[in-house]
Amino acid sequence: MTVFTGSDLTCLRGERLVFGDLSFNANTGDAVMLRGRNGAGKSSLLRLMAGLMAPRRGTIRWQGDDIADDKIAHRARLHYLGHQDAIKPVLSVRDNLRLWAELRGISDIDAEIDQALRALDIHHLGKTAGRYLSSGQKRRTALARILLGQSDLWLLDEPTVGLDRESCAELARLIAEFRARGGIVIYSTHVDLDIAAPTILDLDQFAIPMMEWLVEQDDEEDTRESLSPDMNQGKSAEAAI
Amino acid sequence: MHRFAKPSVFLKLTGAMMPWMVALTVILTVVGLYLALIGSPVDYQQGNTVRIMYIHVPAAWMGLFCYVGMALCGAMSLIWKHPLADICARATAPVGATFTALTLITGSLWGEPMWGTWWVWDARLTSMLILLFLYLGYIALVNAFDDPERGSKAGSALALVGVVNVPIVKFSVDWWNTLHQPASVARMDGPSIDPSMLAPLLIMAFAFTGYYFIILVLRVRLELNQRRIRALQLSGLFDERAAANGDDDALAYDQGHNAGAGK
Amino acid sequence: MNAFVAILRRDLRLALRQGADSVMVVAFFIVTTTLFPFGVGPEANILARIASGVIWVAALLAAMLSLERVFQTDYEDGTLELLTLSPVPLELLVLGKVCAHWLTTGLPLIIAAPVMAVMLNMDQDGFGTLMIAMLIGTPALSLIGAIGAALILGARRGGVLVSLLVLPLYIPVLIFGAGAVEAALLGISAQAQLQIMGAILLLSLAAAPFATAHAIRQAVE
Repeated sequence: MTVFTGSDLTCLRGERLVFGDLSFNANTGDAVMLRGRNGAGKSSLLRLMAGLMAPRRGTIRWQGDDIADDKIAHRARLHYLGHQDAIKPVLSVRDNLRLWAELRGISDIDAEIDQALRALDIHHLGKTAGRYLSSGQKRRTALARILLGQSDLWLLDEPTVGLDRESCAELARLIAEFRARGGIVIYSTHVDLDIAAPTILDLDQFAIPMMEWLVEQDDEEDTRESLSPDMNQGKSAEAAI
Repeated sequence: MHRFAKPSVFLKLTGAMMPWMVALTVILTVVGLYLALIGSPVDYQQGNTVRIMYIHVPAAWMGLFCYVGMALCGAMSLIWKHPLADICARATAPVGATFTALTLITGSLWGEPMWGTWWVWDARLTSMLILLFLYLGYIALVNAFDDPERGSKAGSALALVGVVNVPIVKFSVDWWNTLHQPASVARMDGPSIDPSMLAPLLIMAFAFTGYYFIILVLRVRLELNQRRIRALQLSGLFDERAAANGDDDALAYDQGHNAGAGK
Repeated sequence: MNAFVAILRRDLRLALRQGADSVMVVAFFIVTTTLFPFGVGPEANILARIASGVIWVAALLAAMLSLERVFQTDYEDGTLELLTLSPVPLELLVLGKVCAHWLTTGLPLIIAAPVMAVMLNMDQDGFGTLMIAMLIGTPALSLIGAIGAALILGARRGGVLVSLLVLPLYIPVLIFGAGAVEAALLGISAQAQLQIMGAILLLSLAAAPFATAHAIRQAVE
């Protein structure tokens, strides 16, 4: 049983307060869908979970251990899919994937890549250079990357961008398989992905008015509670399962 | 330490200290300038030209002092991630660059009557010139980002890299200079300085330091207030108030607080 | 160590496929060096006198020219983010990328340098020292330059900015690199200069990967 939790997370992006007092909780086999307006912090939260960014306040824990304590171990267990596909136009699909396989220390690289390419139905493109791929094919190559090696956590930021309906169904199937193996998937999407019983984490709930934050910065000690107790209660509602 | 480094405490504290700092600096400057320009004796070799030194030497000290200060702030921002450290480093750079430029200009003015040329590739001059380049690089980097915080962070890293490099640059320039130019130019570090000359030098140095701290505090206060304004704009408070009653004077902090909490 | 080899191999493969980069750096080096005789006149003894300095300055500029691309394309297409997230110390990956940068720019420059030295009428006594000095100096240039290249990620006008940041930091390498060649030309041992250059290389080897990795983490944050 793996447990991935975050508590009292506050995130600042530049000078903008994205969200505050956010908590989440995900167990083995869970899927968490992030929802919220533009700028509500879906990408920021995924980046916090990946350890790319540090939260201004709060901690993210894997099995009770702060992910900031052993970043390498955390990176070894996760796969992150960002907005960009990170595909080099002059390298073939296989060569593009090879680097990530090598960095993960995978022993049988060719077999793993074959398997990933088949799963996404792009095996025939293996030798094609990145520049000849359509945007959907690029996205599928990027998705093939997250199938490489062992992982326990997928952080998918808008994975469906550029994918057609069939590919979305394919993705939903891959996610279901991953969950069946005990993986945790956290994702944001604008398209309806057919995912069984996802937990929904609505980020709009955790938006803090900027003014409140400013006051709090000035008087860190006691304003927090006295300012707006009812609001705080609303926020501590966890994305409990 | 962290308590004083909190923006609100900083604003309050420096607000109270400011008049005293200004008064002290003005007194030091007046006394220093009097001693430097009128009160001190004329040098038997350099004549009145020696008076340039009372500006030149303290400015050179400040040029180095500010760079070290910048690097210290950079280290603090790296270790404690305190936002005030970045702002201090950022506020120091233009002051340091100005002092360094002042050193070069006054050195040049002094060199013309003394050495008969505006510029020589003397080790000290050359090192100062490179220091100016380092400052300019820092300022350019800090201002090259859309997100000011990102610029400050990159700048802090650069200041640290720079401060490791300064001794190496200094050493290599000294080495290069002795190789290419056997000591043909008169050096400043000849006989020890007479107390009548040392006093104005030191007083001017203190005056410059006072000036630096005043500018630093002013610039940091400005930056903090600008941040607060940007934050208020982001919070949409201005629009709300304008819509509500149309008055925009007396944007007191308490009112802002209430508006935010009442949302 | 596998990660180091992996990133090195990928960067070299990229450089070979894209090809033009190394060629352009060497072409820039040659063209810049060729400008000096036009500027100072074709007298053989004047050219011989300034040859070592000219070659070093041109090499510095050429190495700097290619810096912007060390991390820029990876930054733009999201690769750098994923490198930061791979379960390997980022410092090691930085070292691999710097190594690839040196192999594709520094090494060709070392090969091109004696040719330009001949054209500038430099005495043959200096050739050996020139190549040794460049062998020690150019990796230091790549290492120091990588810090600048990482700092400017996401900045406006990064290309001009990187030169402003990096060139002052290159001065020690220039001084001792040119000094070593001059000593050799005068028939003096260049050992002292070469040793100091070695010290600079070791220091940058120890510090630059950390500074660069730190700057990259800031950039992808």
